[in-house]
Amino acid sequence: MSLYEKTAHELHELLQNKEISATDLAKDLFARIEEKENSINAYLETNKDRAISSAKKVDEKIAAGEKISPLEGIPCAIKDNICTKGIRTTCASKILENFVPPYDATVMQKLNSQNVVILGKANMDEFAMGGSTENSGFKITHNPHDLERVPGGSSGGSAAAVASGEAIFALGSDTGGSIRQPASFCGVVGMKPTYGRVSRYGLVAYASSLDQIGPIARDVTDCATILNAISGRDEMDSTSANAPVPDFTQSLKSDVKGLKIGLPKEYFVKGMDPEVEKSVRDTVKVYEGLGAEISEISLPHTEYAISAYYLTAPAEAATNLERYDGVSYGARVNGADVVELMTNTRTEKFGEEVKRRIIIGNYALSAGYYDAYYLKALKVRTLIQKDFTDAFKNVDVIIAPTAPTAAYRIGEMISDPLKMYLQDVCTVPLNLAGLPGISVPCGFTQNKLPIGFQIIGKALDEATLIRAAYTYEQTKNLANKIAG
Amino acid sequence: MKVTEKDIKTVASLSRLRINEEESGEVMEQLDRFLNYVENLQSVDTSKIEPTTYALPMQNVFREDEVKPSLDRELALSNAPLKEDGYFKVPRVLEE
Repeated sequence: MSLYEKTAHELHELLQNKEISATDLAKDLFARIEEKENSINAYLETNKDRAISSAKKVDEKIAAGEKISPLEGIPCAIKDNICTKGIRTTCASKILENFVPPYDATVMQKLNSQNVVILGKANMDEFAMGGSTENSGFKITHNPHDLERVPGGSSGGSAAAVASGEAIFALGSDTGGSIRQPASFCGVVGMKPTYGRVSRYGLVAYASSLDQIGPIARDVTDCATILNAISGRDEMDSTSANAPVPDFTQSLKSDVKGLKIGLPKEYFVKGMDPEVEKSVRDTVKVYEGLGAEISEISLPHTEYAISAYYLTAPAEAATNLERYDGVSYGARVNGADVVELMTNTRTEKFGEEVKRRIIIGNYALSAGYYDAYYLKALKVRTLIQKDFTDAFKNVDVIIAPTAPTAAYRIGEMISDPLKMYLQDVCTVPLNLAGLPGISVPCGFTQNKLPIGFQIIGKALDEATLIRAAYTYEQTKNLANKIAG
Repeated sequence: MKVTEKDIKTVASLSRLRINEEESGEVMEQLDRFLNYVENLQSVDTSKIEPTTYALPMQNVFREDEVKPSLDRELALSNAPLKEDGYFKVPRVLEE
């Protein structure tokens, strides 16, 4: 087994026991990147010298006999909407093509304090708007399980890098499913933590009330380890949760006896791929066999979630993206006066989907339409949240598909944005309600495409999600298979 | 069609995006199809429902008003498309 195929917890043992060096590990990952990157395009930027120089510091520490932390020396990919000091951060947008952040996001400060090795910045849909990574302003990422297919999105580069062995783990961000759906398409584990669990300081804002950073990993153990590293209250993000952070690795226990699992009938939607449905229902049987109590539940406002999401998120985006004006940072296209300069810059440098969402957002917020669209969406959001509150009176977790299909073909959906939005039906309700969700691999289609299922939990109860996900993973042993 | 050409002009101007005449029809049609798509919200009775802007309960956060080190001026200007004497530079805003 090559080093790039291993998980972070396996590599940690090898590093600590001096069986491998962090430098050799970083070199092994770059050999893999050189082998695979031409066909996958997971990265917007990589830097071997930088990675090896970080790895050398870890080796010096180990040589000095010091104990290293769980992610120390572990090579990772960072989604390109997370600010990395001194490393170009573009959001896959031409408008930020040359932007070099003068500061680190809080999650990067936390990871850097553990001396992770940053391999590079991962491709994504521009400003995280999309579910296929086809909206990147720079390149199209290919699914490592089938190069003709999308890796999902918007964290498609992050998921593809982890799945192909081009990174051991990655950070992504999830506004409407952008961690969980690509994790399911690429056959890896991806978690959207509770809104507020992880600081958003330094995450380029798309929809601030929905955005959340989270881990993408080869298995649940790594997912728990990364969540430990990045969680916590941050004075730089007033929306971060002021709640104690448990040690999530304590939840890596194989035990779901008596766990009450709800199956929301509204999530098994018309048009869902029968292979996906069967795989998720088989997964539920596994839980039943392990002593979990299964019951069907109803989340009656699910059918309104997409509409509520696609009004709320663009409205917030239209406001957040006002800052790209060609004045203080980012690209500038000159004009005769300041308004023309701003208009030229934005018209020329934003991609189609970003412009579409800005138009929708500003329309929904504009005088005369605010009550009918934006305010209405926020009220329906209340009802969607209440559905979950009611359901969690009777169950501990909810299990559902992550996405209604496995990975689709590149180009298949891109011309029909409304059809593409429907893909988000199982993921957006959690963002609206602020709840945590984890996507775990549960099988393959006949075409050998990965299928993922989703475990949804109560606010701040990631620990139970990790226990439930770990139990399944131990039983089925599906995680940690490198693609390609 | 719900969306008018005037709506598109207004929204484009609010968005600081240029939509020329050829594009205007297509944008109008796209926005119209989108509004039909989200029309199902109107059938939900929300007369007694409060809006949710943040999913978790939020309250005002207070802190001491202390001077702390902030971004160095040169660093803050390091991504500026155009700068001069420690300032961002833009075309003339005020008329003579």
